[in-house]
Amino acid sequence: MSAAYAAYPTVQLAADGASEHRPLIITLFACFVVATLVITVWAGRQTKNAADFYAGGRQFTGFQNGLAVSGDYMSAASFLGIAGAIALFGYDGFLYSIGFLVAWLVALLLVAEPLRNSGRYTMGDVLAYRMRQRPVRTAAGTSTIVVSIFYLLAQMAGAGVLVSLLLGITSDAGKVAIVGLVGVLMIVYVTIGGMKGTTWVQMVKAVLLIAGTLLITFLILLKFNFNLSDLLGTAASNSGKGSAFLEPGLKYGATSTSKLDFISLGIALVLGTAGLPHILIRFYTVPTAKAARKSVNWAIGIIGSFYLMTIVLGFGAAALLKPGDIIASNKAGNTAAPLAALEIGGGSGSTGGAILLAVISAVAFATILAVVAGLTLASSSSFAHDIYANVIRKGTATEKEEVRAARWATVAIGVVSIGLGAMARDLNVAGLVALAFAVAASANLPTILYSLFWKRFTTQGALWSIYGGLTSAVVLVLFSPVVSGKPTSMFKEADFYWFPLENPGIVSIPLGFLLGWLGSLLSKEEPDKGKYAELEVKSLTGTGAH
Amino acid sequence: MATDALPPPGGTDTSPAQPTTESFVEVQESAEFGELRRTYRSFAFPLTVAFIAWYLLYVLLSNYAGGFMGTKLFGNINVALVFGLAQFATTFLIAWLYSRHAAAKLDPKAAAIKSRMEADA
Repeated sequence: MSAAYAAYPTVQLAADGASEHRPLIITLFACFVVATLVITVWAGRQTKNAADFYAGGRQFTGFQNGLAVSGDYMSAASFLGIAGAIALFGYDGFLYSIGFLVAWLVALLLVAEPLRNSGRYTMGDVLAYRMRQRPVRTAAGTSTIVVSIFYLLAQMAGAGVLVSLLLGITSDAGKVAIVGLVGVLMIVYVTIGGMKGTTWVQMVKAVLLIAGTLLITFLILLKFNFNLSDLLGTAASNSGKGSAFLEPGLKYGATSTSKLDFISLGIALVLGTAGLPHILIRFYTVPTAKAARKSVNWAIGIIGSFYLMTIVLGFGAAALLKPGDIIASNKAGNTAAPLAALEIGGGSGSTGGAILLAVISAVAFATILAVVAGLTLASSSSFAHDIYANVIRKGTATEKEEVRAARWATVAIGVVSIGLGAMARDLNVAGLVALAFAVAASANLPTILYSLFWKRFTTQGALWSIYGGLTSAVVLVLFSPVVSGKPTSMFKEADFYWFPLENPGIVSIPLGFLLGWLGSLLSKEEPDKGKYAELEVKSLTGTGAH
Repeated sequence: MATDALPPPGGTDTSPAQPTTESFVEVQESAEFGELRRTYRSFAFPLTVAFIAWYLLYVLLSNYAGGFMGTKLFGNINVALVFGLAQFATTFLIAWLYSRHAAAKLDPKAAAIKSRMEADA
């Protein structure tokens, strides 16, 4: 969840000394962009049919897809945000990592393999399998696009702020230009490279991210002679908060409302992942359910190791830097990791520091680009396959027309998110990402689980659950302190909030499950027994899988 | 209801011949498939409940048992950190356990049903 912390844009100071290292940082950015464009063109030449465009030809191995899944999942704020949160709030920052990781077990045990076996290109394939196609496809497409756009918006807004900070660009025009550049690149990746190109970009990014994190982690540990207790002790005393810095509560422990908010967030994190469409469609890129299982296992290994390193990165930043310096650079702590890299390399003005800062900044940029490409692909696939081909054209569209629609949808979504991203660059993006996870957990997960495992589930149940979960999550956020009434809100001057929590999960997720159940019980139509037999047998055995 | 359930449009994304709905119903009601379903569900469902409960316990302790979580075990390593790392460890462990179970108990059963159904289709 990426950008939970990515942008508290009030502080516009450049990262310490960033501007003097700008040529090096820009060179590394440019290398990544050129390399990924070459990959994209190469992948584009091999993209000949719909299965290539949507599912990368289903030829990736479990390991390759595991890397790509990790690349899709570890977004800029996993890297910068969690490290920054740990650097500022100590232990409470680490709580995020745990929810993000444990969530993968839901995907592994309940979702990845059945989805791979019974779907074709989108999440909607599985949700609509047993149901009346048009209403459920419309609902699935809507929630896919809503979740992806919120997530995308957060990344775009974060991109503007973070890259600006790292490059020392402070003018509004400069930030809009960066959001525009990110948007144009993502349109190019997706329209030309399709799923094949996007998957390779994710893999390259994941390797860079892991390598960069490993390097900094190693250097920090080296400085403390690989004594973790020493590192933690120095971080605690340097933070000025003493041993409280190593205990839960600094961020969420203040009041009973903030504690409830933490529970709500915890539930949304653990149940949201297996309902994120851009993660789910990754499982179609491998040939079998077994390979999908392998992908998740690799992803758990890679993501788990990465989050373990963020502990060192975050506490390392707290130990090496003055808390005042971290906050002065970015209020949310987003630049703590790059600053720690600068410090561990020899400090401001040193060559080692300059190189490490440039490497980490380039990794952060690669991360943002890859994640936005994955999100764009998920939403344009769902538009083309669920809404255009199955609802608008009622299944009469040819494969060529469908892929053409997906490419145009990519351009449209890209343009919309550049526009929204440019406007949203001064918004607090935490709410957007929390909303994406909460909507995924409230609208998508109940319907996926009921579809796969409950024989009495009906079309009405699916619609109630998707629209009910979606609406309740969005409405509760709209009337939460994320949007109005607090100094940290999107609209600071307005005050129309009545829902006390920042994360709606604790209400909207049970509601999504409840509505799915109730809608099915109150439904006049009988569930389609034949279709359920098909779905259940396919999902467990892979019979007739694409 | 069946009228607007469309067959997937054909194309180069080839899949094996699709068995009929009747044969899917037949297999779904067979003892062999029932056994596969039971082997899967009796493993995955309780384990899901267990890891979610274990995770929620961690969330609740972090919220409401600060004193306990702050207890130092050795050096600056406290219960909270060990508990957090234990969540990592159990996640890796459960992933490994499930994969072992699936490879040994589920995959052979699933493959047998799949190859027979596709051969008959």
